[in-house]
Amino acid sequence: MKLRETHIFAALLALLLVAPAIVYPVFLMKVLCFALFACAFNLLIGYVGLLSFGHAMFFGGAAYISAYVVKSWGWSPEFGILAGTAVAAALGLVAGLIAIRRQGIYFAMVTLALAQMVFFFCLQTKFTGGEDGIQAVPRRAVFGFIETTNDLHFYYVVLAVFVIGFTIIHRTIHSPFGQVLKAIRENEPRAVSLGYRVDRYKLLAFVLSAALAGMAGATKALVFQLASLTDVAWQMSGEVVLMTLVGGMGTILGPAVGAAVIVTMQNYLAGFAEYVLVIQGAIFVVVVMAFRRGIVGELIGWWQKRNA
Amino acid sequence: MQIKTLFATTAIVLAAGAAQAQVSDGVIKLGVLNDQSGLYADVSGPGGTWAARKAVADSGIEKRGFKVEVVFGDHQNKPDIGSNIARQWYDVDKVDAIVDVPTSSVALAINQITKEKNKVFIGSGPATSDLTGPACSPNTAHWTYDTWALANGTGKAIVQTGGKSWYFVTADYAFGHALERDTGNVVKANGGTVVGAVRHPFPGTDFSSFLLQAQASKAQIVAFANAGGDTINSIKQAAEFGIVEGGQKLAGMLMFITDVHSLGLKTAQGLNFTTAWYWDANDNNRAFAKEFAAANGGKMPTMVHAGIYSGVIHYLKAVEALKSDADGVKVVDKMKEMPSDDKLFGKGTLRKDGRHVHDMYLVEVKKPGESKYAWDYLTVKKTIPAAEAFRPMAEGNCPLVK
Repeated sequence: MKLRETHIFAALLALLLVAPAIVYPVFLMKVLCFALFACAFNLLIGYVGLLSFGHAMFFGGAAYISAYVVKSWGWSPEFGILAGTAVAAALGLVAGLIAIRRQGIYFAMVTLALAQMVFFFCLQTKFTGGEDGIQAVPRRAVFGFIETTNDLHFYYVVLAVFVIGFTIIHRTIHSPFGQVLKAIRENEPRAVSLGYRVDRYKLLAFVLSAALAGMAGATKALVFQLASLTDVAWQMSGEVVLMTLVGGMGTILGPAVGAAVIVTMQNYLAGFAEYVLVIQGAIFVVVVMAFRRGIVGELIGWWQKRNA
Repeated sequence: MQIKTLFATTAIVLAAGAAQAQVSDGVIKLGVLNDQSGLYADVSGPGGTWAARKAVADSGIEKRGFKVEVVFGDHQNKPDIGSNIARQWYDVDKVDAIVDVPTSSVALAINQITKEKNKVFIGSGPATSDLTGPACSPNTAHWTYDTWALANGTGKAIVQTGGKSWYFVTADYAFGHALERDTGNVVKANGGTVVGAVRHPFPGTDFSSFLLQAQASKAQIVAFANAGGDTINSIKQAAEFGIVEGGQKLAGMLMFITDVHSLGLKTAQGLNFTTAWYWDANDNNRAFAKEFAAANGGKMPTMVHAGIYSGVIHYLKAVEALKSDADGVKVVDKMKEMPSDDKLFGKGTLRKDGRHVHDMYLVEVKKPGESKYAWDYLTVKKTIPAAEAFRPMAEGNCPLVK
């Protein structure tokens, strides 16, 4: 199984390397940003069993920070992304300290409340530009020599960011730390009785998830050269839940597939106008009714059954 | 939208006798980018696509050997989706100009991308006056209205017709604050007074406490410095508190005729606002509106639809005169050089900062008894001449005019 997983990853990476020859690079960059966002979210819900309904605050907050430092302070993109990620991690620490004391619906509500506070903060403060957002963020060279005004070059930068983020998540899940997280998900009192400081594990997972969501948001802001209220609005938190469920919660590739499906629908079904939301809703219902484990979850299930 | 248009390809291509080789890729391609399904779908939406196609047909440019194609997209009021569509249109689909784009944040993003790619952006839907201010671009024409024109038109005209004391109900974010400040300045400059203001959270649902304060202020005019759903809700609730019956008048800063339609005359009566175009103002408008309604499920066109029509007509004239659509700056320069003239907006000019100037109108919503037929909603109280209707170029801080 281990070997097979490596093969799949290698094939996917090869596919992503040649994809811009066929598919429009800006669209691919968007898919990658949302895929990373959904994977970060999945780290929390899929492996710790915590449903955060406020991940937009990390995604959008980091988008604002990276757009701002790149535009107004003239930072280069790599530092913009790092700054966004750092702020999202700090925000995650604060939000995590408050939220992880509760479980289930209360946890979701606490994160939603905190995210709404961040939303109103972004709406009111000067630096975010209110409802206009931060526009016209320049695309500077990464590390001083990779020109990002060319979409194709920037695509490979974004792909690198995605691979780094994805590797971090993959490592986390397969580390002893990840095993403890899964133990907490399955049976928290037992993990406590075994002597684990459950809250610390949960907090660390929360911060990690927040930071990676921030990394995705910060990158997206640079791709589209703008950060806006859409990124911090509660609908964004909902969208990432949708992506994760459609793709397959608790599978490493599921959220990325889900993100690709949802983003593709938003873009390529735009011609169907008002029917986009209806189609999105119908697909969600079909997934929940027919493939409870999501697209990737079902595929894994089918594979295991075949080889059983 | 009808199934027929839904499943048809997004393009209508009328075969032209001799395709001109001068225009890029042999076809002038227009992309109508707006909200097809959400909050602003009635303000422009699918009707905007219709208006652009109508303009292409009326211009007769295809009879003269040019090929024109109109495509549309739904930006869902999200800047990232809009910007993704715009980039793809320009890079892959060879679109030459983007038209409409309501929602200021999306419009500002399109403004930026259009400049970067040297194409043309004809904005009919966006409200923000920044498009011809600090964010102005040599590739952009801002056609129909902007926040300055609305605030100024409504503020000035109401004070001049006797509404001296004002109270603002303002959405508590940058847009609302700017609208309140701009309108307040106009009111004071014309001899009126602002007796107070209250800020409501954005987006709001319950406006009762704010409306009660407005009522208690005894100001002659209660002005709503908010937009979209907030305006609709605050006007509905104002009707419930009997503010208009109590002798105060309501003023909306950003209103469309479709808002009046959804509010109903009983609720909206007595409301004053500024518009760039009204379907029932003259015979040309009525004829356009009749055709529009027949194609769009009985709805009447808004000023945004009319602006799309007028803007596309003028764009096609400029392209025809240049015999080329390749260089966005050149096309817009040509549009600025030639005076605009079409059956809906009459004569107008495109200023150096990209602002299209034309007359604006102060209107009042009729009482239910005064309305004689469907969509007979507004009385034009005052024509604001083009020279006064828009922000003077020097005050906009547009880098192009320095």
